[in-house]
Amino acid sequence: MERHRRLDTELEDLRSRLLLLGGETETALQRAMYALTERDNAAAREVLDGDDAIDRMEVEIDRHCIDILALRQPAARDLRFVMSITKISPILERIADHACNIARAAIDLNDEPQLKAHVDLPRMAEHASAMLRAALDAFTSGDASAARKVIERDDLIDEMYERIFHDLIDMMVKDPTTTTRAARLLFVAKHLERIGDYVTDICELTVYMTEAAIIKHSN
Amino acid sequence: MSTPLQTAAAAPLRKPETRAAEKTDERGAARPPALAKISVRDLNFFYGATQALHAITLDIPEHIVMAFIGPSGCGKSTFLRTLNRMNDTIPGTRAEGTVLLDGEDIYSPQTDVVSLRRTVGMVFQKSNPFPKSIFDNVAYGLRINRLTESKSELQDRVEEALKDAALWNEVKERLKSSALGLSGGQQQRLCIARALAVKPEVLLMDEPASALDPIATQKIEELIVELKRQYTIVIVTHNMQQAARVSDQTAFFWLGKLIEVNATEKMFTNPDEKLTEDYITGRFG
Repeated sequence: MERHRRLDTELEDLRSRLLLLGGETETALQRAMYALTERDNAAAREVLDGDDAIDRMEVEIDRHCIDILALRQPAARDLRFVMSITKISPILERIADHACNIARAAIDLNDEPQLKAHVDLPRMAEHASAMLRAALDAFTSGDASAARKVIERDDLIDEMYERIFHDLIDMMVKDPTTTTRAARLLFVAKHLERIGDYVTDICELTVYMTEAAIIKHSN
Repeated sequence: MSTPLQTAAAAPLRKPETRAAEKTDERGAARPPALAKISVRDLNFFYGATQALHAITLDIPEHIVMAFIGPSGCGKSTFLRTLNRMNDTIPGTRAEGTVLLDGEDIYSPQTDVVSLRRTVGMVFQKSNPFPKSIFDNVAYGLRINRLTESKSELQDRVEEALKDAALWNEVKERLKSSALGLSGGQQQRLCIARALAVKPEVLLMDEPASALDPIATQKIEELIVELKRQYTIVIVTHNMQQAARVSDQTAFFWLGKLIEVNATEKMFTNPDEKLTEDYITGRFG
């Protein structure tokens, strides 16, 4: 009964573009954290140089979504899919912007002696990165249950942020010479915490796309 | 010719005026606050031996636009025509079940079909003005039913109908001109005016804009939205976007069955039935 539609090809293309953007965003985040932990300025510049391409990808996805809405007038699950992509795409672009901010912080910090205690930051970044990957997987497979599980993982990111926040404040109080560097790391932690929130937004949109249920602000 | 509904004679008649008082039944149990303008129960319809509609049960509330959608041959036009017994004119047809208008069974032997069709007016896919003047087209139903008592009243009713059909400003200077000189969109609005002139309560529209260009279509759609304040409107359309634009509720028919009826917003974003979703997303048909 079901037939192949031209729209299916276009939606598949849209999905591929979004996953490509997601992959680039994830790579940017990982490279930015690598630049920070390995004190690698070249890696940081790579992240900054790559941001224009990510911006272009977002604009392209936006254009494709508008074309589909105008020309194909999708309905029901197709409409929810396109609407979700129009919202997820800028979220990914913003995550990439946070990665750029982390890369800039890395370049600044790499000029100064290393602070020994950004112990939990790589772990936090790893967790945020894994959440992003899982969120994109849930979106691709249209798995609302998996998306809901990812949302729960944001609590751990928030806990990590709280811990790092207090550790860095302690460090600044005990040794005021660390203030500038600790403050930069604090910003890095905040960027990672925000990324956790953005990943949550992606998962909420996956639930909407799959079940037509709006769960944002439900807590 | 058609035969009356088999259940019609036994169907109790309930006048709309009594509804407000009937908030509880004999045992004091709560009743629904308002009845539907049209209530259809277990309606089956046959063209000879061929069953075209299967156990349709549907309520159409007052002052809404309800759209019927579905692939060609699904029974939506047939169903529309059962709502004012237009199918009676087709030999060999037969209906079983109940169709209540304001609680009264329209298939009852006591029903005056002419009066019914005045109350439940109809606009067809192809505009069909009479080869008469614009004025005479709108005045036609008023004259043959002797619904006005004076010439001035007749003129007032024609003007009112043309205004309600958003056509007055375009034709007021040439009411004596032939209706056949109007554009397709104007002719269709003239037919709407003709239906409105006899003051119906329900307006049935069978693909009213399918032969019109986008501008004329837009005018008809705006008119439909405007008219629902005074009338209950049921529209058959193949244009899904049109159903989404003008209707409050949408009913999806498939193979003579009512698959789903829902609020239009829900129907087009998250229908309950997979069959509905497959149809409105173009996955079959």
